[in-house]
Amino acid sequence: MPNFIMSYLGSTVTPGEAGNQFWALIYVLIIFAGVSVAVICMNWIERKALAHFQVRLGPMRVGPHGLLQPIADALKLMLKEDIIPSEADQFVFWVAPLIGLLAAFTVYTVIPFGPSQAVSDMNIGILFMLGVSSLGVLGIVVAGWASNSHYPLIGALRSSAQMVSYEVAMGLAVVSAILMTSLNASGTGTLSMIGIVQAQQQQGVWFIFKFFPLGLIAFVIFAIAMVAETNRAPFDMAEAESELTAGYHTEYSGLRWSLFMLAEYAAMIAVSSIAVTLWLGGWMRPFPNLLNAPAWDFIFSLFPGLTFLGLAAIAFVGTARMPADSFFKIQRIGLAVFAALLGFIALLLLAIAVAGRFADASVGARFRDGIDYIYWFVLKVAVFMYLFIWYRATWPRYRFDQLMKIGWKVMLPISLGVLVVTAIVGVIVS
Amino acid sequence: MAEEVKSPAPPPPPEGEKKPAAEKPAPAASAAPAKPAAPAKPAAPAKPAGPVPVPWTSPLVEKYRSQYGSGLEAQTYLGQNYFTVDRSLIPDILRLLRDEEQFDYCVDITAAHYPKREKQFDVVWILYSFPRNERVRVKTQIADGASIPSSVSIWPTANWLEREVYDMFGIQFDGHPDLKRILLPDGWKGYPLRKDYGILQQDKEWVQINLGIESGQ
Amino acid sequence: MNDVSNRALSNLDLETPDKTYLDSNELVINMGPQHPATHGVLRVILKLDGEKVLGTECVIGYLHRGVEKIAENRTYTMFNPYVDRMDYVAAVSNGLGYCEAVEKLMNVEAPPRAKYIRVILTELNRIASHQLWLGTHALDIGAMTPLFYTFRDREEILKIFERYCGARLTTHAFRIGGCQYETYAGFEKDVKNFLAFFPPKIDEYEALLTTNRIWLERTKNVGVISGADCIALGVTGPVLRASGVQWDLRKAQPYAAYSEFDFEIPIGTNGDTYDRYLVRMAEMRQSLRIIEQAVNGIPEGPIMGKVPKVIKPPVGEIYHSIEAPKGELGYFIVSDGSTQPYRLRVRPPSFVNLQALDIMVRGLLVADVVAVIGTLDIVLGEVDR
Repeated sequence: MPNFIMSYLGSTVTPGEAGNQFWALIYVLIIFAGVSVAVICMNWIERKALAHFQVRLGPMRVGPHGLLQPIADALKLMLKEDIIPSEADQFVFWVAPLIGLLAAFTVYTVIPFGPSQAVSDMNIGILFMLGVSSLGVLGIVVAGWASNSHYPLIGALRSSAQMVSYEVAMGLAVVSAILMTSLNASGTGTLSMIGIVQAQQQQGVWFIFKFFPLGLIAFVIFAIAMVAETNRAPFDMAEAESELTAGYHTEYSGLRWSLFMLAEYAAMIAVSSIAVTLWLGGWMRPFPNLLNAPAWDFIFSLFPGLTFLGLAAIAFVGTARMPADSFFKIQRIGLAVFAALLGFIALLLLAIAVAGRFADASVGARFRDGIDYIYWFVLKVAVFMYLFIWYRATWPRYRFDQLMKIGWKVMLPISLGVLVVTAIVGVIVS
Repeated sequence: MAEEVKSPAPPPPPEGEKKPAAEKPAPAASAAPAKPAAPAKPAAPAKPAGPVPVPWTSPLVEKYRSQYGSGLEAQTYLGQNYFTVDRSLIPDILRLLRDEEQFDYCVDITAAHYPKREKQFDVVWILYSFPRNERVRVKTQIADGASIPSSVSIWPTANWLEREVYDMFGIQFDGHPDLKRILLPDGWKGYPLRKDYGILQQDKEWVQINLGIESGQ
Repeated sequence: MNDVSNRALSNLDLETPDKTYLDSNELVINMGPQHPATHGVLRVILKLDGEKVLGTECVIGYLHRGVEKIAENRTYTMFNPYVDRMDYVAAVSNGLGYCEAVEKLMNVEAPPRAKYIRVILTELNRIASHQLWLGTHALDIGAMTPLFYTFRDREEILKIFERYCGARLTTHAFRIGGCQYETYAGFEKDVKNFLAFFPPKIDEYEALLTTNRIWLERTKNVGVISGADCIALGVTGPVLRASGVQWDLRKAQPYAAYSEFDFEIPIGTNGDTYDRYLVRMAEMRQSLRIIEQAVNGIPEGPIMGKVPKVIKPPVGEIYHSIEAPKGELGYFIVSDGSTQPYRLRVRPPSFVNLQALDIMVRGLLVADVVAVIGTLDIVLGEVDR
């Protein structure tokens, strides 16, 4: 058994590929915990960023700058009374949030955070991903139906129509990216998520820049469709606070409601990951082929540490700027501790980077590379997360019929056209 | 409660003639006396007495007076013109005012309650004409329990306004498409703006049944 | 016009769904009184075919306080603060209308300086009211951010109110016969600062919305109402003007000192939600113009006219109306010569404008109902009184 566990450490493939259930399970747990933490962070960042867009402060009371707010929220939601409307279909009502949550989290099994940093490298990875993520709509429909109330029902109907129609455009955009993977010597493409990133590395270009502007158009279509797919502003018709009070989750409260939120944010991260994988080079750092000297490797491997150093510096500045009043003493100490923690992480990462530079290509370098991959992947995803917030702060909400019009009459023809042109250009080039 | 508030009082101080077209000179004043407040002109009589309604003379009035005779009185008070009309003439007068005199905008319909009078209610239509930039009020008196023809077919806006009058005074409007309470709950008893309805009075029964409390006070 | 009346009057038949095709029934849903987008406690019963609105019925009165009954039991002076509670986002306008109506009834006039102060405060209040409208309207359509921008800038106006009379919302700024308070030291400076401060802010709102594609799609050709329909339904204010009727009581029958100022009445052409948006934005700029002229030309002199300590208007009745931010706000007062109004009727613009909701939303979608409620700019405190 220990051998079974230890032997994977030297492997360069995903645990799923290596057939190692133990590490697969560990990875699953890490991803589940990581995504949950990311959702909590995202919650805080969204509230803060949105607040600053809107000339207000956002959470400021629970912990320094509201840093502990998501924890307080989570606690509150867990302790709240669990209300099920008496007229609701009890079992379906109970199971609906779980469907959404399962769909959102199952997707992560194939998301490649690095060449071996994924639970599994399925050869139909992207298909699996699209298939599972579209199951999420089931949770919403079921929730709307089970609530036995008009607003949730309308919300559920809207979101089913919306998600189904946007999946078409989304799927076609994805296909045009997959076509690009086949532009190699053997002429065979791949549906594997890891394979797609590796194809971008081999061709020396992110697919967003491939056949400019074809890749870009496909990417933009996907980027729009994924906002609709996750029911986020300006396509948040299913929730549409001002119209349907809260849409499909009007009747939900407490823990169940928080599961919906968890699923929504997890789905946002998941679709952003798809976009990053397909068009933005996945885990690759900028210019991996051009600047491939070990010195460049070292320089780029310093980035994670420097990022955390920057965050620590911001936190320290925040500590220094706290009002001198004794009222803020505890907050000050808290923020200082937080800053110190960030600084410690930064130093750790820097140490690893330095160690990876000077150790010979053994476990140390591998560990460093792993951190690098995850860092670049997360950074790219974070950009999308920020975009989600930005959209929400900027735009009004589309009306349902307009949304459908855009989906079917604009995005679908364009994505079809892009697909056809990509295919033709691909044939000509090869 | 002197309730004969606006008895005709015809003997007028011989004051500035309210003349045709621009009757209502002050506020309307397309041209101008800078000071808008209407009252300026009629402020003739001695202080304590205050201004009194004076007959309103204009071609419009002449026309209708010749047509309807004594059923119609036209007066001006503080520069504001009003007709006092017999109840039976109401639908005709209102329709004619809209169709022939271009009073195309029914500003408001309201009522006042004079419990000691035989005909207890004054119903008031406040009309405005966009083309003439002029206001006129039409008043009539009706008895408690009597009904009055609805003007919804003349001005659609009368719909809610009449419902409110019904709600507050209990005046029936014949031909109103949907005469029911508007501000008060449907099952409420009593008409709050009548003078015999106390300010603290409530429909206790309704409150007890619907709110489950002893009293709203 | 009969056309309008028929449409406006065909009432909802909620009991018997008519089965026009297949056996699909209409969906009757209850929007409000607890609903984020009904601006208070408006309840709209919607009859829907899918998402299409077949008919609506407004149920109002949840906020009814019997203001008119209260008036009959208070002296003229005592009733003055109550009017602030009707359209509580434009309290100054309410106060102006009431004070002028009583003054008219008593046949007195406020001195010029008081009139100028009234105009300045009323126009500031119009801007504040339009700002609140803009923020909530945009929020209804899904744009969150303008709400906070408008609240941030509205604060500057409320600060001026607070310094002038101590209250921010229910100001009770005016008295019968003039104003109670002389302007505070620095009033003119504050107002002038605001005049310089605010125009870029309007540009900022417009940058967010005016050419925003989603905003255009959500508001153009939504809730269209013609000028004739508006007049037939008694709809006034910016809604009427957006339908192309150039009518503003400040020009048509000037009150206070409005005849002395130079300003324009912005109008729209299509009578849709977008035009109403543009009209209100333009009105804010026009209000700034009026304020600028007023604050530069404010005369010296007394601020209180010759009114007795006890307000006792002679027997008679009066109707006086002003152009409130939402439309024609009228007061019909019957005096029996005592210190209390015998009958006081308020002609609330929100109440009458709300009546147009039904014909404006028929055939549109649920999302448009919310947009149209927003664009009508109703305040339930005034609808229900």
